[in-house]
Amino acid sequence: MSTLDAHFHGRHGAFSLDAAFSLPMHGVSALFGPSGCGKTTILRSIAGLNRMAGHLRVGDAVWQDAQRAMPAHARAVGYVFQEASLFAHLSVGANLDYAIRRAKAGNAGPTREALVDSLGLAPLLPRMPARLSGGERQRVAIARALLTRPQVLLMDEPLSALDGPARDDILGVLEALPAVSPAPIVYVSHAIDEVARLADTLVVLDAGKVMASGPTNAILTRTDLPLAHGEHAGAVFRGRIAAHHADAHLTEVDSDGGRLLVSAPAAPAGRALRLRIAARDVSIALSRPTDSSIVNHLPATVVDISPDPHPGHRLVRLAVGDTVLLARITEHSRARLALAPGLAVWALIKGVAVR
Amino acid sequence: MLEAIALTLKLATLSTLVLLLVGTPLAWWLARSGAVWKEAVAAVVALPLVLPPTVLGFYLLVALGPNSPLGQAATALFGHALPFSFAGLVIGSVIYSLPFVVQPVRNAFEAIGERPLEVAATLGASPWDAFCSVALPLARPGLLTGAVLGFAHTVGEFGVVLMIGGNIPGETRVLSIAIYDYVEALEWDKAHLLAAGMVAFSFVVILVTMLTEKRLRERRA
Repeated sequence: MSTLDAHFHGRHGAFSLDAAFSLPMHGVSALFGPSGCGKTTILRSIAGLNRMAGHLRVGDAVWQDAQRAMPAHARAVGYVFQEASLFAHLSVGANLDYAIRRAKAGNAGPTREALVDSLGLAPLLPRMPARLSGGERQRVAIARALLTRPQVLLMDEPLSALDGPARDDILGVLEALPAVSPAPIVYVSHAIDEVARLADTLVVLDAGKVMASGPTNAILTRTDLPLAHGEHAGAVFRGRIAAHHADAHLTEVDSDGGRLLVSAPAAPAGRALRLRIAARDVSIALSRPTDSSIVNHLPATVVDISPDPHPGHRLVRLAVGDTVLLARITEHSRARLALAPGLAVWALIKGVAVR
Repeated sequence: MLEAIALTLKLATLSTLVLLLVGTPLAWWLARSGAVWKEAVAAVVALPLVLPPTVLGFYLLVALGPNSPLGQAATALFGHALPFSFAGLVIGSVIYSLPFVVQPVRNAFEAIGERPLEVAATLGASPWDAFCSVALPLARPGLLTGAVLGFAHTVGEFGVVLMIGGNIPGETRVLSIAIYDYVEALEWDKAHLLAAGMVAFSFVVILVTMLTEKRLRERRA
């Protein structure tokens, strides 16, 4: 499987960076961390906008090594900046054409017509960027970046300058991108909800160093990382719709953790879904309850138990199906149930967020 | 009188072209360079704003005169000495009007900021491509202001012309010199005509520039 391999090191402004990671050349990879952790610097170094010592290989192509670094304009990247960065002197259509005229030959990618269609840009084409809303500008910026026929699409917190509805709108666009373009996406964010919704692979950064990297759920549920201890800690399952029960307004989903019943809008069987299960929505029982309102029970095995920032709480990792689930319970309950690694239990799931 | 008007327009047009060709790269460098001594260069460019034109004209006369190496090189190049010639006037005008072009163009380049050029690079534009396709169009209001100020300032110069151009009809006798001559010769009606014409011309130029600049900005807002 082809990869993007990077190692950047050196000082940049106030902090020093030393980060090495490998990302798959498909799907969405997120560089995640608090502000100032170096994630934007890394993204800019991949694009060649910053010069950091190190090396960078994208698929078969070496973009940077100890001897030389390709200039930014020669790298086959698409870049979507935080705030939309359309050329103010060109109309929306001319902004798109600017990218087409300089597109990297030989790479695959969607056509102008396909992007105008799938991103709903047709009514915007003759307008000047100053007359667009923030969300509209970001749609155009995404289309323009893809029209360069990039080998990798880089996105630097593309939602951070948007308000509620526009943010949801662009999140939907981003979720649909893998169906529109074959280019892998490297996505920089400090918002765990964006990362949980979009990323297949996660690189966690702190103070210029890589703390962990791997498949999203494996990282989200690692209790040695701060991610699992936050308010929004939880697991992400991937699944497919098995059946939709219109009368009960429930959808049966085959997920990598097992079969679940969730509330979701009607959709055809086979449709891929992403399920987010918060640690605080998972309880543990020693036997399968028959008199509970909770419908989702999964057989599970306790993997380990770790402390939580709250002194009365414990964070329990549960192996379910092919994946891992997090449960936040009280120490009181843990002692009462005598939970210990290896114990077979039932995970009771009170709520599932469906994407 | 017509000869003086034609000569002035020719001088101003040619000087403006040279000013844009020299001033735009200079302004770009001043806007983008990280060199510590660039403000010293900026100060030298701005000197004509404060120096009496006679000082500038005096040094140009010395520098371009037949006794200086520069003057000898120029004489070899042009086939005649530069002082008291039209080519000498163009050189003097360019130096004298340079700050009026460089300042607005530099401001316009600085106002663009780093981002549009980074965007251009990520879209595959080489630095030269990005300069032509992004920086120049975005700086258009500043370039227009610089060109008009350079043109108008050249039309209005007197001291430098007097020092290095003298008063040769058809060669160096521009409008401002002609007006001075008419006043000296007590031909007040001709002086009135030219002077009023200059006032009207300047007013129209400045008004049209301001309106055009406003329209350019509005199209973008």
